[in-house]
Amino acid sequence: MSLFNKSSASDNRLHNKSKNITDTNLLLTITIVAFFVMYICAILFQGKGFLKPQTFFNILNANAALIILSCGMSLVMITGGIDISVGGVTALVSMCCAVYLDFHKGNVFVAILISLAIGLMFGLVQGFLISYLEIQPFIVTLAGMFFARGMTTIVNTNPFNVENIEFVKLKETRIIMPGLGSINKVGNYVDAYIEIGVVVAVLVVILLFCILRWTKIGRGFYAVGGNNQSALMLGINVKRTKFMSYMTCSLLAGIGGFVYFMHVGSGSASHASGAEMNAIASSIIGGTMLTGGVGNIIGTFFGVLSLSTIQNIVSSAGLDQAWWTGITIAAMLCLFLVIQSIVMARKKRNLKMKG
Amino acid sequence: MKDKVVLEMKNIYKSFPGVLALQGVDFTLCEGEIHALMGENGAGKSTLIKVLTGVYGKDEGQIYLKGKEKAVVIRSPQEAQKLGISTVYQEITLCPNLSVAENMYIGRTNNLFQNWKKTNTDADKILKMLDIVAEPTQQLASCSIAVQQMVAIARAVDMDCKVLILDEPTSSLDEQEVEKLFKLMRNLKERGVGIIFVTHFLDQVYEVCDKITVLRDGKLVGEYEIKDLPRVQLVSKMLGKDLDNLSDVQGEHSVYDKDNVTVPVFETEAIFSNAGIKPFNFHIRRGEVNGFTGLLGSGRSECVRAIFGADRVLGGTVKKSGKIVKISKPIDAMRNGIGYLPEDRKGDGIIGELSVRDNIILALQVLKGFFKPFTKAEANKFAEEYIKLLGIKTASVDTPIKSLSGGNQQKVILARWLLTHPEYLILDEPTRGIDIGTKVDIQKLVLKLASEGMSITFISSETDEMLRTCSRLIVMRDRKVVGELSGEELTQNMIMSTIAGGEKE
Amino acid sequence: MQTKDLKKSKISDYFAKLFGQQIFIPIAALLLLAIFNLIADPSFYQITFGYNSVGDPVLSGYIMTIIDYGSELAILAIGMTLVTAASGGQDISVGAAIAISGSVLLRILCGTNSRPETLQAPIIVAFLISCVVAMLFGAFNGTLVAYFKIQPMVATLILFTAGRSIAAWINNNELPIISEPSFSYFGGFIPGIPIPSPFFIAMACVIVISLVLRFTNLGLYTQTVGINENSSRLNGLNPAVIKFLAFVILGLCVAVAGLIKVSRLSSINYSVIAKDIEMDAILAVALGGNPLNGGKFNMTASILGAYVIQFLTTTLYKFNVQSDALSAYKAVVVIFLVVMSAPVVRDGISTLWKKIKIRLYVKEVG
Repeated sequence: MSLFNKSSASDNRLHNKSKNITDTNLLLTITIVAFFVMYICAILFQGKGFLKPQTFFNILNANAALIILSCGMSLVMITGGIDISVGGVTALVSMCCAVYLDFHKGNVFVAILISLAIGLMFGLVQGFLISYLEIQPFIVTLAGMFFARGMTTIVNTNPFNVENIEFVKLKETRIIMPGLGSINKVGNYVDAYIEIGVVVAVLVVILLFCILRWTKIGRGFYAVGGNNQSALMLGINVKRTKFMSYMTCSLLAGIGGFVYFMHVGSGSASHASGAEMNAIASSIIGGTMLTGGVGNIIGTFFGVLSLSTIQNIVSSAGLDQAWWTGITIAAMLCLFLVIQSIVMARKKRNLKMKG
Repeated sequence: MKDKVVLEMKNIYKSFPGVLALQGVDFTLCEGEIHALMGENGAGKSTLIKVLTGVYGKDEGQIYLKGKEKAVVIRSPQEAQKLGISTVYQEITLCPNLSVAENMYIGRTNNLFQNWKKTNTDADKILKMLDIVAEPTQQLASCSIAVQQMVAIARAVDMDCKVLILDEPTSSLDEQEVEKLFKLMRNLKERGVGIIFVTHFLDQVYEVCDKITVLRDGKLVGEYEIKDLPRVQLVSKMLGKDLDNLSDVQGEHSVYDKDNVTVPVFETEAIFSNAGIKPFNFHIRRGEVNGFTGLLGSGRSECVRAIFGADRVLGGTVKKSGKIVKISKPIDAMRNGIGYLPEDRKGDGIIGELSVRDNIILALQVLKGFFKPFTKAEANKFAEEYIKLLGIKTASVDTPIKSLSGGNQQKVILARWLLTHPEYLILDEPTRGIDIGTKVDIQKLVLKLASEGMSITFISSETDEMLRTCSRLIVMRDRKVVGELSGEELTQNMIMSTIAGGEKE
Repeated sequence: MQTKDLKKSKISDYFAKLFGQQIFIPIAALLLLAIFNLIADPSFYQITFGYNSVGDPVLSGYIMTIIDYGSELAILAIGMTLVTAASGGQDISVGAAIAISGSVLLRILCGTNSRPETLQAPIIVAFLISCVVAMLFGAFNGTLVAYFKIQPMVATLILFTAGRSIAAWINNNELPIISEPSFSYFGGFIPGIPIPSPFFIAMACVIVISLVLRFTNLGLYTQTVGINENSSRLNGLNPAVIKFLAFVILGLCVAVAGLIKVSRLSSINYSVIAKDIEMDAILAVALGGNPLNGGKFNMTASILGAYVIQFLTTTLYKFNVQSDALSAYKAVVVIFLVVMSAPVVRDGISTLWKKIKIRLYVKEVG
């Protein structure tokens, strides 16, 4: 009997080593590979245009806000929730800052504070309702979205461009990337550049990555998303952890809102429409699962890039009618969801057979 | 508080809508003591534990801990943990998406930062010390249930607790693993830890415990020293009556006649499913009670699930009374007169929010068809009939089944399948989590149904039970059928040696 | 003294039972709104009898608006309740699906000419085809959810993103207009009947679903699958089929709602039609007290919830809230209602109530 057990023990150890590939890592690999494949396709089909580093930087410039929003969204999704108010918050932040800067002759620093304050408030209220009153996140953040969009119109009905000098200077600031420039049509060397928003976005990505991997609260997010009940039994303050995730997400929506504002330079009720869906799509493409417990910020970052690359390919292929973008994003989302579900199902089946 | 006492619960009251779970219960635990907490269906054991660990708030009563002058208030599992009370539950309360090491340490430190190297090395030390077969970095979901449970125990053990509560920890462990657990428990006992061992396994209680506290119907029956309480007395205290029922059941099953050539009512040939069992042949005759036995993970449940079509069948045939029938999903099996009481009551059995009535009529309703719903009157009649027959304790037929105790839930599921009047009933661990009195009732019921012509397969981790009711035992090892015992071969020793495969312990 | 206490306890038991019923939630909301409007401006309830531009008798007033537009929601709420119960998630693509369904309808009725003189096909044929198309898209969602096991909110995100684009593509981005008057009956008034037609259509749907729930096991099966899928399989059910069916039924509801919507304008505006209606439909289900993560459901409560949501919207319009800003006010009211119906809050209130009762009792006795 004892002989029998010993051999099974060593067998098990061998099996266990191969099980080190966690769900998160597996999905992340798929995302990164997919992105590179797409980019290479883009280069092959679109040729020289895509080879310029500036094209890549433009993707970053245009999507800095979305990156920040998606990071917050991933965080909430890892914890097992969802926040569909982020687009609305972005629009509200843009409008409030615009109104403040132009109508009240404000300064940029205070505008930033306003953005943070708006984000924080949404986070507080939504976080409280979801974590402590245990109301469904979908409904709460749906109401949050409604509220934000409505308030945007109430703050100011008509869209307008901001003329505040200080702000415009900030908006126009370009950070030069040395050596990566290109020759333009006229024959002059044009430097490659990125906007300030991109720096903020990259910082957010790095910060969030570190938090998720190396801090207690970060691991807490994964635990709560993996199994609510267990996390509670393990002594994690589930309510506080969830609350923090919604706070962070809304705060990031505030920051993302200001970055968006810096990019577009105006306030409008129709800003960032569909942004929440883009953020969710980016997160899912990046390997975050809506069920929670699985996700990676690096993946989300690549998810945003993938989304944008596809849009670029589609529009430069001549299919620029409004409806093609919608269809393409939908198709990509569909594809990734199906891939994810097949991969996870196969993993479960393999486990069942060996275990 | 006396010197040796590490925990004292006094006069605890707790009630839920319609149920008085605890009525004035006292419980005392000393240092270095392994104390069993026992009781039958609805006795209140699980509620008492949840009150102690802060999952439920008590309605009345006090809890005293050594070293604390005043009564403590425990509002959450976290507070309980801080007070030195650790629990390992029957259901795995770990996070499947995190690694083994992380599961052992998460929620315990106040450090802001996660030191992976230290966590992994520390975890590895403990895993090796407890001889648990797992890598600290592997994802918990990739470990078997048994290993997951041991990780849960390792975590509790590592937290230097003063009170360790083990709530039915051995239900999913095989004998080897149970011995390891006991070794660990004795180790902790020497360190002065007080252990509360909640279990149904009499043998295990007598093997490892010092004291027993018996609860019945939410009230305290008494606290006894193990050496002062013979088994028979313990059982009678739990039931509240003199017990001679067990001997009744012994040997009442019919003797299996190997030479009988009548066509079996069900037989399978080389059937196997995606659950990983090797193709096996099986047959059962009318009015026969047989069982599957073997170590944990040997494939007993998987076999019957394959017969029922619960897992995806990949090959083989099933014959009913000699004719081949196609069973690829449960509804096919049901239409052929097979019923299946699943092992996992919560995950595969009950429909939580639905009423007791709806849970009882469900299977029969599905058999009847989509376009033929029962009237409320018909459904109520069925429900009341079986509530009476099986003695199900419920406030009414409309009560959601999730508010019943585990044992009563089990009875409802049993009622569900009995209502379909199957020709062949498969019972997978029908007595798990049930008190002795009800266990005996179920065994008697099985024999009665068999005598009326029903074929029954009875699977249980307790070989005693199977020896009492089955006339034939199919022995499994490593997901393969390795033997069949009947008649005089039905003894504990024969079972053990057949499982082992020739090498006696 | 004893009989008084007995009576008191019987009454409080009765109220406790009443409050505990699921349908109490939309009723409470309705009462709140009704009383609010009564106090603020009783003329809200005024119904005027008049004649419309074509000369048909019509009843008009805010109440009629509620009945009119609320009926569309009620029809959607039927399907959405089944989807929520069976799959534990919501279908956020219904607005986009209505756009597609309406677009198909117009395409068949108008042919290739976007301003036809006569209808190219009988309305009933066009409607049946739009039903089939809507049910096919429902089947698409159903397949993703039931067979690929993707979460409903995420799976329907796809159609949500692509749906309006597909609708525009069906008609080549043109905006066909139908001039045939009989087409407008569905979304407007049937000549001679002063009550808006959508109400009758909704009532017909309610009758159909009541019959279905009464004479089949749809209710039991849906709830079983929603509560415990594993167990439902082991009892002989096929969860995938039930979930799939729920989405297809919602597709049918979408087609009916699409007919009504397109009939109102006798035309379509792809980005505006049924905008945000999915949110209203989900809110109707939530306001009906149905758990949004699936399981048990109460169809009557959902339908009532739909009318209550419309009541809320109309109330806000009356107070001259701009349609864009409307959403902010709705959000606040909805949050209030959802908070009130949250179990945590209700438990807190009932314990508080118990404590007050005890204190009052002590005062009485001591």
